[in-house]
Amino acid sequence: MIGTGKIKQYANVLDKPLGKGKQEVSLSAFAFLFSELVQYNQTQVDNISELETRLEDAGYAVGARVLELLCHRDKGNRRETRLLGILSFVHSTVWKVLFGKVADSLEKGTEHEDEYMISEKELLVNRFISIPKDMGTFHCGAFVAGIVKGVLENAGFPAVVTAHFVPVEGQQRPRTTILIKFAEEVLRREARLG
Amino acid sequence: MDTNDSLRVASLWYSMHAISQQLSPTNGCSGIELLEVDTFDLHCFQSLTGTKFFVVCETGTQHMEALLKVIYELYMDYVLKNPFYEMEMPIRCELFDINLTTAIQKDRVALLGR
Repeated sequence: MIGTGKIKQYANVLDKPLGKGKQEVSLSAFAFLFSELVQYNQTQVDNISELETRLEDAGYAVGARVLELLCHRDKGNRRETRLLGILSFVHSTVWKVLFGKVADSLEKGTEHEDEYMISEKELLVNRFISIPKDMGTFHCGAFVAGIVKGVLENAGFPAVVTAHFVPVEGQQRPRTTILIKFAEEVLRREARLG
Repeated sequence: MDTNDSLRVASLWYSMHAISQQLSPTNGCSGIELLEVDTFDLHCFQSLTGTKFFVVCETGTQHMEALLKVIYELYMDYVLKNPFYEMEMPIRCELFDINLTTAIQKDRVALLGR
């Protein structure tokens, strides 16, 4: 037959090269799915902090898998051992793959040595969500905080990650900050590595 | 107009819309699209699911159909994708209100030049 390319048939599905996958997913589809995730968890919990914990756990699973995938696909199986390395990996590569753009900014906390912040004007997951007044400090970005936590912990940098709204003058909507607080052992190891 | 009044108007309009569908002399009528009165106009848009959007405006205002379609899109985005919105309840979504006012302001500037 003319024009038929030779497609290599792989005997074992594990030998097939890992494709890039679909680069674009419908935003509306994701928004509906995420909204349903939040609603489902709302029926199962009694208070807001439990809801945040559940969203974080859901994100944790995503983060663990994203780390494995990206290490294999984009970084050629190299492992980050330095703090700044893993942070910039999260800030650029992970954000680019998940949200289509790098995060707005990565800052080091001024008060404590072990705090770092990734800021974003508006998280993609929060784009269509308006939090009712009576939910107070609840942040659907807990899902994204969970993703970051999953990536960091599985890379060997245990941390506590939370999402916060930070009001900005001149803007109606507050910006979102993901606060990363690394565990003691990470800082000690970092100091040892010099 | 407070919430109770809005609910009253909405239920009144819903019934009128349904009755008009039955009363219409032509077949396949889908309800009232435009209500013209001395002092105001009322444009109505019905989505495929039967949700109705209506806007009350001054007599002779143009492009209300387009505005209603824009409002329908805003509804879909900021209300239906909001996990904290319960169906059939009055809409209390901040993002929806903000974008709605912006859309109306833009419209007003385009139409009246101010």
